[in-house]
Amino acid sequence: MGPLVPDVVSNEFNLIVALVIGFLFGVILEQAGFSTSKKLVGMFYGYDFTVLRVFFTAGFVAMIGVIILDHFGLLDVNLIYINPTYVGPAIVGGVIMGLGFVIGGFCPGTSICASAIGKIDAMYFVLGTVLGILIFAEGYPLWEAFYKSGYAGTPRIFETLGISQSLFAFLLTAVALISFWLTSIIENKINGVKKPAIRFTPYYMGLTLVGVLVAVSAFMFPPRKSYYLEKINDAKFVNSYPVKKMTVDEFAFRIVDKDKKMVILDFRPLDEYKKMSLPNSVSYTVDNFFEKEPHRFLRIRHRRYVFVANDEMTERKMAVLAMELGYQNIEILEGGLNKFKKEILNFKRTREPKNKIEAATFKFREEAKVIIPELIKENKPKGPIKKKLKRVIGGC
Amino acid sequence: MEETKYMNPYLAGFLLGLLLVATIYITGRGLGASGAVKSIAVTTVEAIAPSHAENAKFYQEYKKVHAGSPLKNWLVFEVLGLLIGAFVSGLISERLRFRLEHGPHITAKVRIISAIFGGMLFGFGAQLGRGCTSGAALSGMAVMSTGGIITMFAIFGGAYLFAAFFRKLWL
Repeated sequence: MGPLVPDVVSNEFNLIVALVIGFLFGVILEQAGFSTSKKLVGMFYGYDFTVLRVFFTAGFVAMIGVIILDHFGLLDVNLIYINPTYVGPAIVGGVIMGLGFVIGGFCPGTSICASAIGKIDAMYFVLGTVLGILIFAEGYPLWEAFYKSGYAGTPRIFETLGISQSLFAFLLTAVALISFWLTSIIENKINGVKKPAIRFTPYYMGLTLVGVLVAVSAFMFPPRKSYYLEKINDAKFVNSYPVKKMTVDEFAFRIVDKDKKMVILDFRPLDEYKKMSLPNSVSYTVDNFFEKEPHRFLRIRHRRYVFVANDEMTERKMAVLAMELGYQNIEILEGGLNKFKKEILNFKRTREPKNKIEAATFKFREEAKVIIPELIKENKPKGPIKKKLKRVIGGC
Repeated sequence: MEETKYMNPYLAGFLLGLLLVATIYITGRGLGASGAVKSIAVTTVEAIAPSHAENAKFYQEYKKVHAGSPLKNWLVFEVLGLLIGAFVSGLISERLRFRLEHGPHITAKVRIISAIFGGMLFGFGAQLGRGCTSGAALSGMAVMSTGGIITMFAIFGGAYLFAAFFRKLWL
């Protein structure tokens, strides 16, 4: 599950990744014509809308890409960097940047790109950027209060607008497509070109087709999480699923034996778990299956994961979910914790054992009944798996 | 003058979008540019006036967020790659040459001054807005950040607002 940094791609290797990504960034910007200020400001005077086309296409392709990765459970969006919102500074800073754009003819990224191919004006622009940052740094006490004002957290635009994510993506794509069409008309008018604004070349048709297919696929397949949750709500399916069961006696024996290989995942509500937690157990929830850190916890080999809850059906559902998600070595506690409490913790010999095996079992239960409550008392509940991972620090 | 052919803008945008998604998937963060320039600015100040860098609040806050050398920074490496990538692309498309582009009605001197001044405004604005066109507007749009999208509209809105006053520089 993404992001791959820091566990798949280490922080050191990430710098090499940065170099490669930067390289591709540079190639694309240069090939798109972002290395000349004439093309960049063309957008503001109506004679060349290349920048708008590249920028908006990139923006909505990336936006839809992120939505799709999230949709199919490939990217944990809780971990990626979301630019924080400071309303006032964002607007004022943006307008100042806009002014800088029409005066200087570049933005920081494009000026670096243009400098690389020898544009002297771009090099002066980069110098100007350094000076601008230094002015900001030196005068920081003057604008620090404003810089930190208007903080609104890290909301996402569809939350701010109160609409669904896909609706926003759809609206934005529609706006982008219309603006492509309108700007082509304006551009042709100003440049005196008589060609129609949009030509249906195989090229454009191909690109559009790919986009439509991807978008449709996202609508056709429900989000991964709800797909699985629906599956385990089907009692018939869950009951017919082969699930390995561990008897209460074996369970009790492994606890008494302090079997480190056995890890207990407790699906009871957190407050119940806090009151009584078995040794070597963690509190786990349905949501945890879809998060990055708890997900890794279930991936450790040579462990036996025993799912417990008060009743067996809950255990069974969770186990089916886990197995459907591809986890292995899952077992459930036969009869749930209810049976465990009744037959082990509160065991009472109501009749004489019929045979030797039963006699041994009864004897064991009587011992376990004393030892396990002590182990529970000693055990400090570990609580839910902590989301140790922090959001990635990003931004400029 | 003969214009070398540029890539189709929609294709370029599509590729840039894919690159941005890949960046977010791998690193959890978007693209950027002004942050690297900031790292260089901070490094310069630390080298020239170390005691000042230790005392001024801006640098202190920068240090708090970015531990270690400011140059060992993701964006610095990304921008280094950007320089190489743009250079290679220019080399392949035969666009490598030193020149100063300016509008037909202004002198080279005016262009230089306006480039520096524009850069200053952009550098300053990017600090206030917490990112530039790449870091705030484009990457912010990709992750649907409200702040990023506000900044994006402000940049383009601001540019259109002031464009008429600076027509002489370009046309």
